[in-house]
This record gives sequence, C-alpha cells and structure tokens, in this order.
Amino acid sequence: LLDPMADKLAADKHVRYILMAEKKKESFESVVMDHLRMNGAYWGLTTLDLLEKLGSVSVDEVVSWVMTCQHESGGFAGNTGHDPHILYTLSAVQILALFDKLNILDVGKVSNLHKLDIAKLQNEDGSFSGDMWGEVDTRFSYIAICCLSILKCLDKINVDKAVDYIVSCKNLDGGFGCTPGAESHAGQIFCCVGALAITGSLHRVDKDLLGWWLCERQVKSGGLNGRPEKQPDVCYSWWVLSSLIMIDRVHWIDKAKLVKFILDCQDMENGGISDRPDDAVDIFHTYFGVAGLSLLEYPGVKPIDPAYALPVDVINRILLTN
Amino acid sequence: MHGRPRKASNPEDEEASAAKAVKLRVLQSQFMSNHHDKMYNSLFFCYRNLMIGSVSFRLLIICCLLDVLGFWASSYTKEAIELSTKLLEINPEAYTAWNYRKLAVEDTLSRIESDPDLFKSVLDEELRVVESALKQNFKSYGAWHHRKWVLSKGHSSTGNELQLLDKFQRLDSRNFHAWNYRRFVVELTNRSKQDELQYTDDMISRDFSNYSAWHNRSVLLSSLLARNADGFVPNQKIPEEYRFVRDAIFTDEDDQSGWFYHLWLLDQTVNVETPLLTSSWPSHGSRVNLSGSGGLNDSSSKLPSFCSESGSFPLILYFDQDVGGVSSSTVTIDSELKGNEDLVWEPVSNKSSEVSCVWVTRLKYTSTEPQKEYKVKLRIGNSPGIVSSRGCNFSSPYEFVFTAHVHDNVEGSQEGIVSWTDGFSNWDAQSVDLKSLVTFDQLNAHMDLNWRQEAIAEEIDLFRLLSDSKIGKLTLARLLVAEAMISDDAIKGVNYKEILKLYNDLMALDSSHYQYYKDEHTVALLHTVTSSTESLSRHLFQYSDMNNSVCLRLNKLSLSRIASVEKLLFVQMLDLSHNELHSTEGLEAMQLLSYLNLSHNRIRSFSALDSLRHVKQLRVLDVSHNHIGKHSVDTTRYLCSSPLSNSEWTQDEAGRQMPSLATKYWDAYFVLRDLNLKQLDISGNVIAGDEFSSFVTQVVPKLVWLDGQKVRS
Repeated sequence: LLDPMADKLAADKHVRYILMAEKKKESFESVVMDHLRMNGAYWGLTTLDLLEKLGSVSVDEVVSWVMTCQHESGGFAGNTGHDPHILYTLSAVQILALFDKLNILDVGKVSNLHKLDIAKLQNEDGSFSGDMWGEVDTRFSYIAICCLSILKCLDKINVDKAVDYIVSCKNLDGGFGCTPGAESHAGQIFCCVGALAITGSLHRVDKDLLGWWLCERQVKSGGLNGRPEKQPDVCYSWWVLSSLIMIDRVHWIDKAKLVKFILDCQDMENGGISDRPDDAVDIFHTYFGVAGLSLLEYPGVKPIDPAYALPVDVINRILLTN
Repeated sequence: MHGRPRKASNPEDEEASAAKAVKLRVLQSQFMSNHHDKMYNSLFFCYRNLMIGSVSFRLLIICCLLDVLGFWASSYTKEAIELSTKLLEINPEAYTAWNYRKLAVEDTLSRIESDPDLFKSVLDEELRVVESALKQNFKSYGAWHHRKWVLSKGHSSTGNELQLLDKFQRLDSRNFHAWNYRRFVVELTNRSKQDELQYTDDMISRDFSNYSAWHNRSVLLSSLLARNADGFVPNQKIPEEYRFVRDAIFTDEDDQSGWFYHLWLLDQTVNVETPLLTSSWPSHGSRVNLSGSGGLNDSSSKLPSFCSESGSFPLILYFDQDVGGVSSSTVTIDSELKGNEDLVWEPVSNKSSEVSCVWVTRLKYTSTEPQKEYKVKLRIGNSPGIVSSRGCNFSSPYEFVFTAHVHDNVEGSQEGIVSWTDGFSNWDAQSVDLKSLVTFDQLNAHMDLNWRQEAIAEEIDLFRLLSDSKIGKLTLARLLVAEAMISDDAIKGVNYKEILKLYNDLMALDSSHYQYYKDEHTVALLHTVTSSTESLSRHLFQYSDMNNSVCLRLNKLSLSRIASVEKLLFVQMLDLSHNELHSTEGLEAMQLLSYLNLSHNRIRSFSALDSLRHVKQLRVLDVSHNHIGKHSVDTTRYLCSSPLSNSEWTQDEAGRQMPSLATKYWDAYFVLRDLNLKQLDISGNVIAGDEFSSFVTQVVPKLVWLDGQKVRS
C-alpha cells in the first residue's frame, strides 16, 4: 500500500525554488538578507542534500565563495566583506561538511591555530560570546560546541564549564533561555539540548518536564509554536521536534497532524515553504519544513541528525569513522 | 518571511520593491566601502606598531606624524557615521554596521574622556539610533545588544530605560528581548526583586495570558524564597500563589499561561530539596542468600538466592534525586565479610557524570565457609559529603542491617538456554518473605506536612469543579499523585484508582497527546503494582528451569515506559514481553538483573538499550520482535554513549577488524560490546540477518546462544 502522503511533497518545485532564489538577488528581501548569506547557503544546500539534489550545485563555486568570507582570525562572516561572527562560522563549517571539504580548514592560514577563533570566545563563566563585541547567548554555546565537535577539537574549550553555564539557563518549566533567568523558547531549547547532546550531558535535562512543555507546543492545526500562547510556525517543526527527539519524547505529539501542517505551508505553484499556510515562502522556512519532514520520517527525504543539523550520513561519516 | 501573505506579485509592488532594493543596496555598498577604508587603516596602524624596533624608521616617523595630525581618527567621518545610521534604521540586522558604530564610539570616547557633556551626547546619539532601529524591528538582536553595550560604557541616565521599556512592553508584552533587557537594567540599577515581583503582578492583572510575566514571577519568587527574604516563607507564599494562578486557569482553561506555573508550585509543595534515601538492596532486616557460580539448591528458604561468578554482590542505594559524594567515607560498613575495607562506590549513570540517584558498590564474599551467616551494617550520612545536584546536603543519617547467608558452591554453571515460554508456576512465598525483599519509602521526618496537605486538599476540591476540561483532569491527576506522596497507604490506594481513570479519560479527550497520557498511565499502573506485597506477589513466579529462580512477570500490561524501579531492586529475572516499551531507561538501577525478556515491544535501536550497559550481571537478553532497524530516526541516538556525543572514542579489536560494519551498526557495536551476554535473541527485527548475526558473534565474544542457535560452546 502506497503512503498517501508520499506524493504530496512538491520536492522538485522546492529544489527549483532554492536554485532560483540563489540567482534572484535584486529583490528587497534578498538585499535585507545580504548579511546572512552564509546562513542562507547552509539552509538551501542542506535542503538540497535532504532531497538528494546536492549534485545540482557547483561544489567549487560554493566552497571558494565560503572561503572568501573567512577572516584572518579564523572566523567567518555572513558574506564577503562583512565582519566575522560565530553565527556564520557554524554555517560555513556545516557547508564544508556537506561537501566533505573540511580538510580545506586544515591547510595554511591562522585558522588552524585558532580553530576558527571559537575557543577565544569562551568567557570565564563558561558562556560564549558571538564575536569580539561580547554579546552572550546560549545560541553561541551551541554553535561553539557543534563546530568544534565537527572539527574533532572539543578539547580546545572548557567543556565542563560550558555545560554548567547552559544548565544555569534552565528554567522552572524545564526549558532553557538565552541567558540565566531568560524565558524558555523552543529555538533556545534546541540550542541548549543540542549542546548537551553533543557533550553527552543529556542527563542534566529534566526530560519529562521539558517534554511536556515541548509537546504542548502542538496547537489544534497540528503545527507547533515556539512558546505558550503563540502562533504555530513551520520553523518550530525543527526546533521543537529535534529537541523532542534528542530527549526521546517525540511520541508525545501527533506526528501525522504535523506532517499535514507542514505540507499545507507549501507553495504548490512556485515551490518553497512558508511559516504558515498561505504566507510568503522563504528559504529559511523551506529548510525547516523539509528538515521537519525528515525528522517525521517522510518518504523520499533523507534522515537529518537532530543535534548537528546535518544529514545523518554526513555526520556519521565524520564522527563514526576514523 | 514571517507573517507576510503569499500573493501574486503585481507590477507596481514589484517596481516599488525593486526601487527600495536598489536604494538599500547602494547604502550597503557605500557603508561597506567606508568600513573597509577603516579596516585597512587600522591594519596599517597595527603594522606600524609591529614595525617599532624594526628598520623602517622613515616609515615609522611618517606614521607617527600622521597620527599626531589626527589622520587616523578622521576615517570615522560624520558622513560615514550618518550613513550607518540610515542603514540601520532601514535594516537593523546589518550587524557589521553596529560593529562599525562601536568602533567609532570607542574612538571618539578615547579622545573626549575629559568632557562629560560630550561623552553623554555621543552615547545619547547611540541610544537614539537603537530606539529608531527597534521601531523598525523590535526583535533585532543587534540593536538590543548595542543598547546594552552603550549602557555598559557608563551612560548615566539608566533610569529612563525602565520607562522606555514600559512603553515597549505595553506594545508587545511577550517580547523576550525586552524582558531580557529589563532583567539587565534591573541588575544594573539594583532595583529590588520585590518591586519587580509587583511589576509581574501588574502585567498579569492587565492580561493574565502573559507567559513571559509568569515566567519572570517564577524566577523572582524562587530566588526570594531561596534566600528567605522578608515575608517569603513557603508555607505562606505558596498557598497565596495557588490562589493567584488559579484565577488565570479558571478564567480560560485552554490558555496555557498559568499551567506551568501551577505545576511548578506543586513541585515546590511536595518535593523538598534535601535528598533522601528511597530504598536499598539488600533492605533493612533482610536475609540475603549468596552462592558461588551456578544455580542453587537451597530448599530451606523460599527466597531467591543471588549467585555470582565474581564472588561479590552489589549493594545498591537508591536516592529520591541525583546526589554526588557517595563514598567509603560517607557510607560506612561494618561487616564480618573479609576483604571489604576499601569499597569503591560508583554512580549508576553516564560515564561523565559524578551524580546519580543510584549508587552501587560490590561486596566480596567467599563460599569456602558454607552455611555461615554474616551481619552487615551500613551507616549513611554520618559524615557530610552526600550532596544533591542543587547543593543540598543529605542531612538525615540512616542506618540499616542485613544478614548475608553464604551457601555451597553448586556445581555446573548455567549454560543451558533460557526459555521464556514455560516452566513458570505461581510463587507461594509468604508475604513476610516478600516484605524483606521490598523496602517501602519513608516520609521525610523533617518535612512540615500540615500546610502542604492542606494546600493540596484545597486544590483537589477546586479542580474537581474543572474536571471536564483537559487541564482540569491533568492537574487533578497530578494533585492526586502529590497527595499520595505525602499521605498514608489508605489514601494512596484510593487516589491511584482515580488517577488511572483520569489518564484513561485524557487519552480519549486529547488524542494528539495520547502517548503522553499513556506514559503517565503506565507510571501510575506500575506504582499500583508495586504498592503492596499483595499486588506485587500476583506477578511473581517460580521458574523451574533454573532451580526455582523467582521471575517478575510484568508482561502483557501494555506498559509504555519503566517506572517504580526503586521497589524492584531485588529482581534477577524480569519478563517485560508484549508491552509497548521503546526504551530501557530506568532499568539501570536493577543491578541484580541477569535475565531480561523484552520481546514484542517497540524498541527501535540498540541505543535504546544503553541503560543495560550498567547492568553488569545481565547474561540473557531477548529483544526479538521489536522495531530495530525499521526507522530512519533514532530517538535514543543521543542517550547512548558514542562518538556522536563525545562520550566514547575507543575501538576494540572487533571494531578495528570490521570498520564498515562497526559504523553501519554503530549502536549495536557500542552497546553490545559492553554487555557480557551469553544468550541473545534478535529475530523478528528488520536488522536481523546473516550479516548482523556474524557481526554480533564477533562483538560479543562470550555469546553462546543467538536466536536459539548455539554459536559457541
């Protein structure tokens, strides 16, 4: 018996949308997003890989552009000419991982010494700054830990302190915020749970309490919101779902309803996925929609790793082989 | 784009958008060019410093001259800064522009330090730019951080900030950036926590559906309670807070804002911070039969015997929460058994962790002097050192005594195949025997029960009025569990009957969260099964094939998770077949477990069996007819020690010889190689097959039986 959902994902249209979006640089939206092109590239390329279409882009072209964004210190900028920031350094590393080109970071340049500048961003209390200007956020803790784990040099930072800082951001609802005392938010929870997963520290999470908070993010339409009493949004199909998977509580939501919500957010004509049905699509939500479907074992979508946010085969190749 | 409608673009809109785009692009490239000029200048500046002491004296002199003339400073021109203002007002997310402004501000401040008015006006201008950027995008991380950065430079008028925030927070009362900034300003200005608590009162009274305000309230209140601030004592404040949050829940029972706050209050009511010992094996006053390797033929006792090839048996301590610091200095043992002077206690948990609610050590014994009885006495917590992960001391010293009875070393070790299908008969042990096996948890003598019981009783009465709704039923079930925790057995029995019914109702009422209620139902069911010797004995059987070992059979109960393990520490043979389990999390506490049947469950991968790695005694495992290999998503991938979680790096001989299979079957590889299995059943799983079987026999060198076939003798 064929899966009734199997023909409802407009995979080819989404692929075309991603490839087109890359060429369409004159719209206001794409100019506003100019400074985070590195994130955009990661979202687009990972989606292509999940749909088994990574072959349709030129590896050399992408990799050489990525390398134009690297600074002397080792960190990457969101685009050529912008300042380096840890947010874009992770995307750059993930893109290189997708293409199996991480070895490019090992040759020449100061990057090898500084390991992309990340270790220097750790503060005395274990937290991480995003760049030299000192903004502190658990998003940056995740990024540092994820990046260094992919590069197999987590020993460059104080992992125990990093973990303790993340745990200090745990709230009384079981969730995590961006700094101690800050409100729980599904995106932030993904970062904290992901960092704890990568460092083998998930025993520090109150899984039942957090699991209940997360599964109550599912609203009547089947979609997930990011905080209580907020609207559902396709991007939480990733943040909430991956967190629920990492703590083994994903069976607490109705997966079929969520699949339907994501599919309802597709632009069936021009491709792409939006935050909610009938809103304008963008590459960010296209990635989170497809990644969410991957976590829901949707046929035809490659499995994605819930902690590293890269296809399982990519992360297994890096971490499970010598 | 968030919240922007999808529509067919009309030519006029497209034109307008294109024009805007051109304008912004010009602005951005002008800015970038200013930024780069500055960067090259500062690079040159660095270069100049490096040259000091080198041979380029002429160049150095030129540089110094230029420096004196103020050439370097001039690159932050008024025009360039205004350009960055314009850019940020259109696109507050252009982070490089914020960086540029910070460089410019630092540069200016370094030259005008002596002039406080000028100093203030520079920072005022930054605050103004942030404010207009926030009007464009209230969620801009860069803008909020820039404001914090400006204030940390020593801006004097921090008082204005709370007024500005009031304005913003009225417009968007859930904006978490604003709340974070509020906490930052409160700390900077040393505003009192009581005042901030009042602010959450005001926000909630204006609109109770404000989760952010409830969250902040929980943070403030727990801090005030923790430091015993004036008037903040739990027996007064917590009942008050129940009344406060009740209004919110009863106003709109579908609004989640108060749900989590109520659950937090409930937790504060029944759980005390001081760690307690829940149970142990052996338990107080019990008699333990020990023998050497092999089975037993002890007909004098109806009690199961413990046998071990290693000549030692585990001592298990089970606490009500994670603790650290269990050691031979915090737990003293008086024993006639020789060779136990330097006992090492280990947490039963993840390798990297030094805390656990289960601790184990191994006590040595020899069977050279058979039929002898030895008394063992444990004293826990006489000297300080056992501390909960929240930093509270185990403060109620406790001691218990048991007798170890060493038997003959019986010939012939257990090499036969264990069948789970027949050979079971009802166990006719007396309940007095059973009582010595199972310890029942003690109440905390130091706990002030009165106000807690009253508060919960009042809540139960009220939530019965709401028991048509989902949150009404769920809260009632949780309140009944809480009441049972701090009440005697009679109340417990009545409560659990109702709790089971409530969860059944919830499964039908809120089917999206069916499995959540199912799991809670299972917890309640296992609680009921283990609540008395009578109910437990209905599940205990004798297994004739193994010298009448006692087997706990919890099969066919539709269990979906593991619970109440603290009551089952004595179990050596456990049948959990034909349930709905997808993980063995929790079984790690059962340190005596040797035979485990998990067939016909919903195990999806070997990583779901990770907790069994701690069960050193396990020899026979049946995971046939599960879902291993069927799913592409592994929900226990990160609950298992492996290189993915940076908690396992070593490869043994088998892994080195079969690198590609060790990668392909990584979860089986990392879990099975740590289990000392003699018998394993994996048939009826997608993963099963010749390749996997031959892999398993190499990874588990002591395996004798695989899927009913002898693979080694």
